[in-house]
Amino acid sequence: MDAKESKHRIVGYPVLFGVWAALLGLTWLTVGLSGTGMGSFTILAPFLIASVKAFLVVDYFMHLKYESGFFKYLLLVVLGTVVIIAWLVYQDVAYRI
Amino acid sequence: MNGTTAHSHRDYTGSKIGMWLFLFTEFFLFFGPILLYSIFRFRYPQAFIDASLALDTGVGVFNTALLLTSSLTMALSITAMQRGKKGTTLVLMGATVLAGAVFLVNKYFEWGAKISHGVYPGGEALEGVKDGGAVFYGLYFFATGLHGIHVLAGMVIITVAALLVHEGRINSNDFVKLENTGLYWHLVDVIWIYLFPIFYLVR
Repeated sequence: MDAKESKHRIVGYPVLFGVWAALLGLTWLTVGLSGTGMGSFTILAPFLIASVKAFLVVDYFMHLKYESGFFKYLLLVVLGTVVIIAWLVYQDVAYRI
Repeated sequence: MNGTTAHSHRDYTGSKIGMWLFLFTEFFLFFGPILLYSIFRFRYPQAFIDASLALDTGVGVFNTALLLTSSLTMALSITAMQRGKKGTTLVLMGATVLAGAVFLVNKYFEWGAKISHGVYPGGEALEGVKDGGAVFYGLYFFATGLHGIHVLAGMVIITVAALLVHEGRINSNDFVKLENTGLYWHLVDVIWIYLFPIFYLVR
């Protein structure tokens, strides 16, 4: 019982404020890049920036960084499933008559 | 320790795995509309850009900053609880709920402005619009509405957790309920992180 409870890592206030500042900075960046007409990058850039922001929230605010490897593998399985589903759906849409 | 504490056995890891599994199902719930969006974005690129330009980016940016800040206060409240600062925890949780409420009020006015102009699924303003624009707003109202319900649910859960903190049932030795509450709120934030660029920025 103690072993399961003793591993709690307290994330300090400065780390959390730093992540928050980074999140706001990335929001500012993605808004600034919007509608600047960079071709396919116009679609890709917001998704890439959103993914970096999501990673920061998951890793620091949701403490995934401090969890055991099992949680990280679980997330990888989910993301892998998402990629497979998206790929299958796109195949269906692309080749549908 | 053995025997006498058997009744108070707590499995933090098990509790958190359960929460994460639930969050993954929530993630898949929102993945559906996002996938649909991406398909129709390629089918009607210009209609989607035109429809997106009619949304107020300023409101979107403000709501994004608001939700990101509420995620900060939620994360800070967990650190405060772990350090045994009950008062600080409650203030931070209150700030989180307040930010959620302001988010929903903004959303109410944003939706209201669109609906009063007849822009809603089946609305008169979308009748003449070529298929793409109507699809955009169908997805917009569905995805942001579903997200809004999650914000509301998160506010209720945080309020209940705050009562438990107040009663001392969540304390510096037993805070997994607060952590799971935080996980839910952060998921709502992560979903908005994707919904915001999809509807307001991909132009």
